[in-house]
Amino acid sequence: MAEFNVNLRGVGAVSVIDVKGYLDAHTAPELENVFNRLLDQKQYQVVVNFDDLKYISSAGLGVFMAYVETMRENEGDIKFSNMKENVYNIFDLLGFPILYEFFKEENEAIKKFCDSSKF
Amino acid sequence: MNALNKIFEQQIVVKSSTDNLAEIRDFTKSAAQQCCFDEDSTGKIILAVDEACTNIIKHAYKFTPDGEINISIKFSDGKFSISITDEGTHFDPTMIPEPDLREYYKQKRVGGLGMFLMKRLMDEVKYGTIAGNKNQVVLIKYLSK
Repeated sequence: MAEFNVNLRGVGAVSVIDVKGYLDAHTAPELENVFNRLLDQKQYQVVVNFDDLKYISSAGLGVFMAYVETMRENEGDIKFSNMKENVYNIFDLLGFPILYEFFKEENEAIKKFCDSSKF
Repeated sequence: MNALNKIFEQQIVVKSSTDNLAEIRDFTKSAAQQCCFDEDSTGKIILAVDEACTNIIKHAYKFTPDGEINISIKFSDGKFSISITDEGTHFDPTMIPEPDLREYYKQKRVGGLGMFLMKRLMDEVKYGTIAGNKNQVVLIKYLSK
């Protein structure tokens, strides 16, 4: 069984999702549940911290694609941080850097939300 | 012994449940490492096999967990060949268009990425039918000389 953990925490107005382990077709529904919870709570500013994520398949990538539009329609976004090179390469292969923002550190991604809400 | 002269053959059969993806990845990783692929290539092979099996579970068996997936890996003359067969519903891969991420974004579509990834990760991807009714996908990666 693939090991995967997902944790949700709030940093100010931003919701941070920590993903850990292996994100595949088996574990992707756990991440979907967290996004559904955020929609229920009308939380649309999301940073996903990939620091402990070892592996991702297209099933995992599909989760972000399924929710990003709704977040953006509500003046939010899904931003990515702390991604390992092997995981980033998969996002890159599928052209994600055109449509999503990637940050080296979580606080940079959070700051981007704070900066844009000032205007 | 030169890695290219190595001959290797291994096979597993698993049920069509996403529960088994971790076992499939472990099997693939062990085979790629034994055939001297580096970490980067091993990672690409593992992901391509995961995507192929996920597609079978999803499309050929439509998430019914009692179907069989047969994964057979052969290595000789530097050619690492993975044959994956199933007895589920046949699908025509030529009918699946290459994804355009911008279009996907607009339409909130999430499927079709796996096949695209497999093509990008492997040197060759072939689809076919064997023994009358089995679907087969063959993934090939060459060990650099």
